[in-house]
Amino acid sequence: MDNAKPIVSIRGLAKTYAGGHQALKGIDLDIREGEILALLGPNGAGKTTLISLICGLVSPSAGTVTVAGHDIIKDYRKTRELIGLVPQELTLGAFEKVGNTVLFSRGLYGKAPNAAFIDDLLAELSLSDKKDNMVQQLSGGMKRRVLIAKALSHEPRVLFLDEPTAGVDVELRKDMWAIVERLRQSGVTIILTTHYIEEAEEIADRVGVISGGELLELEDKSTLMAKLGKKQLVIELKNAVDTVPEQLSEYGLELSANGSKLTYTFDARQERTGMTALLTSLSQAGLAVKDLNTSQSSLEDIFVDIVKADA
Amino acid sequence: MNTEAVKAIYRAEMRRTRNTLLQSIATPVISTALYFVVFGSAIGSRIQSVNDVPYGAFIVPGLMMLSILTQSISNASFGIFFPKFTGTIYEVMSAPISFLEILLGYVGAAATKSMILGVLILITATFFVDLRIAHPFWMLSFFLLTCISFSLFGFIIGLWADNFEKLQLIPSLVITPLVFLGGSFYSIDMLPEFWQKVSLFNPVLYLISGFRWSFFEVSDVSMGFSLAMILLFLLTCIVVVGVMFRTGYKLKP
Ligand SMILES: Nc1ncnc2c1ncn2[C@@H]1O[C@H](COP(=O)(O)OP(=O)(O)OP(=O)(O)O)[C@@H](O)[C@H]1O
Ligand SMILES: [Mg+2]
Repeated sequence: MDNAKPIVSIRGLAKTYAGGHQALKGIDLDIREGEILALLGPNGAGKTTLISLICGLVSPSAGTVTVAGHDIIKDYRKTRELIGLVPQELTLGAFEKVGNTVLFSRGLYGKAPNAAFIDDLLAELSLSDKKDNMVQQLSGGMKRRVLIAKALSHEPRVLFLDEPTAGVDVELRKDMWAIVERLRQSGVTIILTTHYIEEAEEIADRVGVISGGELLELEDKSTLMAKLGKKQLVIELKNAVDTVPEQLSEYGLELSANGSKLTYTFDARQERTGMTALLTSLSQAGLAVKDLNTSQSSLEDIFVDIVKADA
Repeated sequence: MNTEAVKAIYRAEMRRTRNTLLQSIATPVISTALYFVVFGSAIGSRIQSVNDVPYGAFIVPGLMMLSILTQSISNASFGIFFPKFTGTIYEVMSAPISFLEILLGYVGAAATKSMILGVLILITATFFVDLRIAHPFWMLSFFLLTCISFSLFGFIIGLWADNFEKLQLIPSLVITPLVFLGGSFYSIDMLPEFWQKVSLFNPVLYLISGFRWSFFEVSDVSMGFSLAMILLFLLTCIVVVGVMFRTGYKLKP
């Protein structure tokens, strides 16, 4: 997969909105053909802006994007044909039937109607019995299914899912991941945005972290997960010490709060965390423990870490 | 050319009309019939004829124009405003479509509706008055040009409007007065001289006058001038809409 040529290539992409807000600050990113890329980032990070730029919904302030080697502005017909987009918001017209609105999407992308294909698509999304229902009468989850059907109606090669699991129940989530898996097997490249690390963990090959309009990190999932797996044990001492005693050096402890706190960092995924051994060593060194606390580095912490490292 | 996309937009727009058939078709037909009862019969019985044309027949071209103009604008402006309002426009904006194709779809559908409407009004009118059309070719030309250019104008309004109030603003504050004062129901030489002069600044007057000429060979201004006016209006709308698309006006942040 590493050698695959990028299907989407982004260079120096920046966006400053009319109000003067700089939502993206020069993004460089190559998306590999056939991969599932998760973009993680807090609210307002610029995830939707990035997707909108690639899809042609927002005009770039600087930089270029190519899809399958075609420029998204000069060759917009070629690039857009390849792209499907499921937007973050539940945007659906009011007075339309499910079947019609999906056919409409297919037509927009220049494909002749294909009833059999649409029927299969609706079936896959458990929408067959809703084909003649008006979209405004559907529940939120059903609407999201319709949006997915619309995005897939023209058989795209690159699919953008902007927070696909916001407000979605377990069943739809499962259905969605099944579809994503099926698409991946047929060679479709998938880019999804999310706030949830578990989601990225579940399906992504690579994870990008966006914050404040910058791509701070882009790594294979396993690398990022290793970081995420870090846990900390904070030991509050009854009596402050000046230095970490010699016999505790193997634990790589950090001393803080004027010598009254020791922090032990370990990998929670390992079977042996070394916690018990550490506590034994502590008492052997004659240090009395006042309190213990464990904490897992959250996505939030990772952001903070990455931002700090970046500064 | 992405003809599938044009067809898709056109069909979706026509479907929208079918869903609101009563409002789109029945309302204008009923109001036309009412105009005939009120203007044609009640007032027309006092005005025998205008320029040798019976009053009932005289108002038919003006009535058609009145409906075509207002309906073209309201259909086309709503057609593009609504997806903007609900957000579904994202789909059109991210599809492999040129601005010309978007126009063909939306404006084509709006113009088609106006044409259907115009024909219905004409048919309704024949139940009330005897009609003759002196120059069918010119009548059709004016008819089609008006449907298309005012649908285009409505499209521009729909693009420009960012709330429902603005959407109604131009049709109710500008178009309706212009149409009523444009000689729909009278010939401008029935007005005092001063108001005749003022009327000459009303572009709709030229439309109605040319259209009426194609029916009865009577007009307030020359037919050639009327034709030039409508073509100029059409051209202006095309340029404006072209600039709007090119700059992503209110569609692309
Ligand atoms: N049309 C717009 N005009 C002006 N500013 C905008 C516009 N769209 C987004 N922004 C701003 O750009 C920044 C990035 O927004 P964006 O929607 O890309 O974030 P996001 O990462 O998708 O956030 P979320 O997780 O909440 O969806 C935000 O500060 C937002 O307020
Ligand atoms: Mg977003």
